Amino acid sequence: MDLGSLFDFSDYGAILALVANSVIAAAVLGVVGGLVGVMVLQRDLAFAVHGISELSFAGAAGALLVGADVVLGAGAGALAAALLIGVLGARARERNSVIGVLMPAGLGLGILFLALYPGRAANKFGLLTGQIVAVDDPSVVRLIVISAVVLLGLLVIWRPLSFDSLDPEVAAARGVPARALSVAFLLLLGLIVAVSVQIIGALLVLALLVTPAAAALRVSASPVVVPVLAMTFGLVAALGGILLAIAAALPVSPFITTISFLIWVVCRIVGSRRGRTRARRVRSPVVEETAEATA
Amino acid sequence: MTSGAGAPPLRIAGAELSFGTRTLWRGLDLDLQPGEFVAVLGPNGAGKTSLLRAVLGLQPLSDGRIEIAGHPARRGDRGIGYVPQQRPLPPGTALRARDLVAFGVDGTRFGLPWARRGTRARVDALLAEVGAERYAREPVGSLSGGEQQRLRIAQALAGDPALLLCDEPLLSLDLAQQARVAELLQTARTERGAAVLFVTHDVNPVLDQVDRVLYLADGRHRLGAPEEVLRGDVLSELYGTPVEVLRSGGRLLVVGGPDGAAAAHHEHEHLPGLGRRRGVRPVVGAGEGGER
Repeated sequence: MDLGSLFDFSDYGAILALVANSVIAAAVLGVVGGLVGVMVLQRDLAFAVHGISELSFAGAAGALLVGADVVLGAGAGALAAALLIGVLGARARERNSVIGVLMPAGLGLGILFLALYPGRAANKFGLLTGQIVAVDDPSVVRLIVISAVVLLGLLVIWRPLSFDSLDPEVAAARGVPARALSVAFLLLLGLIVAVSVQIIGALLVLALLVTPAAAALRVSASPVVVPVLAMTFGLVAALGGILLAIAAALPVSPFITTISFLIWVVCRIVGSRRGRTRARRVRSPVVEETAEATA
Repeated sequence: MTSGAGAPPLRIAGAELSFGTRTLWRGLDLDLQPGEFVAVLGPNGAGKTSLLRAVLGLQPLSDGRIEIAGHPARRGDRGIGYVPQQRPLPPGTALRARDLVAFGVDGTRFGLPWARRGTRARVDALLAEVGAERYAREPVGSLSGGEQQRLRIAQALAGDPALLLCDEPLLSLDLAQQARVAELLQTARTERGAAVLFVTHDVNPVLDQVDRVLYLADGRHRLGAPEEVLRGDVLSELYGTPVEVLRSGGRLLVVGGPDGAAAAHHEHEHLPGLGRRRGVRPVVGAGEGGER
C-alpha cells in the first residue's frame, strides 16, 4: 500500500461533520492531558498512569458486558485504581509494587469481560486501542465537563502540588499537606484517564498523558513555558491524530502516538543542543564568582 | 508574627521525645533569644533532626512543650524558615532558581497559580539579598551546591522568619562555599535579628558564630557556651566513656567516643587530611546527618 492510497480526503468535509464531537473531544483531552502530564512527570507517576488506565479498561469492559454506561465503568475503574495507589502507595517503591500488582489484575479482568461479551468485536478492540466512535452530544458534553473539573481542580492545587513534588522536604516543613494532595491529584488523574480511554484506548493513554509533557520538559525549565508547551503538544497530537485517522479510515491511536513521539524526538534534539550551550554559559561566570570571593 | 511581642522566638520547656523504651532526649529546656545562634550537635540517632521536626510541629513530643514566638509549635508556621541540606535535583526538573525561592513566598497557597506582581518583586528582593540574581533564570539542577544553598537561604527568609532552622545546610559543600553560606546566616542574624537553630555534625565552619551549643547524646544533653560544653570532661560524662577534645589550628576535634569507627569513616569524606587516625573526628558526632 502506498501512502497516496492511505489517506483519502474526498468527502472529508462530510465525514468531519459526522465525527465533529470526536474532534472536539480529542482537542479537549489533548490540552488537559498535556497539563496533567506535567505533574505526572514531576511526581514520577508515569507507571501509575498505565496502572490506572488498565483498571479503567477493566471497568469499561465490565460495563460493556452488563450493558451499563461504558464511560461510567471506565471512571469507576480508574477512580478505584487511583484511590488504591494513593492510599497504599505513599512511597515510590511501595507505589510501583502496588501498581505492578493492580495492572495485570485489571487487564486480566478486562479480557475476561470482553471474552464473555457477545457484542461486536470492534467495541472490544476499541477499548484497548481507541476508536473514533460517533461520540454523541451528551457524551461530548460530559467529557468537556469532566475535563473542565480536572483542569480547574488541578489549577487550584497546582502551586502546593508543585512545591510538594519538587521540594518535598521543605514543603513538609512549611506545612503542605502532602498526603491529601497526593490522593487529590491521583483522583484527578483517574478522571482524565477514564475519559481518555474512550478516545485513545487503555494501552495508549500514556501518549496523551506523558509524551507531550516529557517533550516540553526537554526544552524548558520554566514553570510557565513547560505547561503551555505541553498543552500545545497535546493539542497538536490529539487533533492531528484524529484528523489524519479520519482520512485514513484507520484507528486514531497510532496517529496520536506517532505525532506525540515525533514531537518528543524533535524536543530531545533541541534540548540537548541547548543543554550544551547552557552548560558553557553557566560554567564561566562561576569561575568569575570564585575569583571575586577570594579577592 | 503579632502574638510574639516579648516572647522568645523559640522556647522549649521540659521537652521529652521517646520511641518505645528508647529516649532521645528528656528534660530539655532551651530559650532562644532573637539573633542567637545555637548549634545542635551529637552522634547519629541522637535526635537532632527529630528536634527540628518537633519545632516544626511535625513530631509530637512525649512530654513538655515547644513554643514559637509565644504560641505552641504547629505545622506550617510562617514564623519559621527552614534550610535543608543540599540535595541534587534530578536533571529535567522544571524549576529555575527564582522558582525555588518563590516556593518560600507562596508555595503553600492554594488557588490559581498565576504569580502576583508582589510575589515577583519579593522574589527579586530575596535573590538580591543572597546575591543570586545572576543565575535567577537558570534551572536549579544546573547550579553548584553552594549556589543552591544560597537559594535555600533566600527561600527560608521569604516569610521574614524570627527563627531559622537549619538541618546540616553545609553538608557536601566545599570550604569556600561553606564560608559563604555561613556568612549569609550571619547576615540574617545581625540584620534581621533572626534566631538560628543549626543542626550539624561539624561545628567548625560556624564555630566563630555559635553562641551556645546543645549537645545530644545517649538520651542526655548539655547546653552551654562552646567552651563549656566542648570539653573532654563534659563529653566523657555525657558519653559515659573517655573522650578527648583537641584543638588544632582553630578547629576542634573529638577523639574517642563510642562510635569512633563510624566517625573515622566519616572523616574520609570531609577531612581527608585528618582521616587516617581511627576515632578522630571533627566536633562532634558522626554519620551522614540525615537521620530521621
